[in-house]
Amino acid sequence: MSWYRPADVGFSARQTLAEWGHGARMLLHLFTLFGASFKRFRLVRDQVFFLGNHSLAIISVSGLFVGFVLGLQGYYSLQRYASSEAVGLLVALSLVRELGPVITALLFAGRAGTSLTAEIGLMKAGEQLSAMEMMAVDPVQRILAPRFWGGVIAMPLLAAVFSAVGILGGYVVAVLLIGIDSGAFWSQMQGGVDVWSDVGNGVIKSVVFGIAVTFIALLQGYEAQATPEGVSRATTRTVVVSSLSVLGLDFVLTVMMFSI
Amino acid sequence: MQRSRNDVWVGLFVMVGMAAILFLALKSANLLSLSFQSDYKVTAKFDNIGGLKPKAAVKSAGVVVGRVESITFDDKTFQAKVTLALESRYAFPKDSSLKILTSGLLGEQYVGIEAGADEKVLVAGDSLSSTQSAVVLENLISQFLFNKAAEGGNAPAGNSTPASGKKK
Repeated sequence: MSWYRPADVGFSARQTLAEWGHGARMLLHLFTLFGASFKRFRLVRDQVFFLGNHSLAIISVSGLFVGFVLGLQGYYSLQRYASSEAVGLLVALSLVRELGPVITALLFAGRAGTSLTAEIGLMKAGEQLSAMEMMAVDPVQRILAPRFWGGVIAMPLLAAVFSAVGILGGYVVAVLLIGIDSGAFWSQMQGGVDVWSDVGNGVIKSVVFGIAVTFIALLQGYEAQATPEGVSRATTRTVVVSSLSVLGLDFVLTVMMFSI
Repeated sequence: MQRSRNDVWVGLFVMVGMAAILFLALKSANLLSLSFQSDYKVTAKFDNIGGLKPKAAVKSAGVVVGRVESITFDDKTFQAKVTLALESRYAFPKDSSLKILTSGLLGEQYVGIEAGADEKVLVAGDSLSSTQSAVVLENLISQFLFNKAAEGGNAPAGNSTPASGKKK
């Protein structure tokens, strides 16, 4: 591939476009399989168990520590303006609006996305997916769709757990450790956090991130080269691509939510 | 459909997640305090609303009795037209007066409503006439400086103002 030879440029452009088109069709296909997946809810449930329950530990521990750090750092900068009571508001707003969905999505990509990619990549390498097609079973419907919807269900719940645990962590540091008045901590938070424009936007973000991360993980696994090397590359790409797209999407969503 | 061991754990996970969303909505955003009861809307015109925003509180004696519904500009009188949604359970006399106040030194602004003496009460669609604008810090400072300059007119303006400020 060299950029000055028109044939190469054309080939790579066509290849990229084909990949995008394939991805878009796959996403549409997954969305249309909503009903079919929920008809066999057992499959989705097992994926929620695998993606959600097993991520709960890492999510809640990270949330707790992010809350601790936000409490301390927020106190450090707010006490200069003699408004250290607002630390509750700062912790809640930054968690609910931004850090909760984003960090959860990044952790989710690392914890659950990679395992999805590796699983599906190995299924492909072992020709299990081809075998299913031979038996007239649609692998997208039987394998990908339950994982997709499992991830989309699990991700907002995990983000909410992250934010809630983080707020409790901020409470521990600000009230129990530093000694800010507990009533002021909660009332400042309740005065400044809006249910729809803050909590609601956070939930919307986490749903979008759940779709993005799970879809990227599945697509990378499905499109992986059927070799050990190909699977390892696909797993790496899952983390890189989904982290970058989470951060990019986060910016886009934040801009959109600001302008509304 | 078969039941399995996972059911319990998935159920618990979903319940924990829902509880977290509920916690965020109730504890951090205080959904319960949002009144779902009916309100009535009155309008008022202010010369200057300062930093008042929609959804700001309307307080009487420090208690929240309503919210600012919307703020628009009236290009006939060049005033700000503020629509207030007051909770139906509170009634105020027709000649109540409105003030734009600030909570704390640099806190957010809210509308204070002071009850008048009229026996008739406000109903939906009424318009309040006695309003007091927000205090704009720049106007206060320029007024203060103007008075200072008028007091000590002989000293050069460039260095006298900060020096006299320090002595005080």
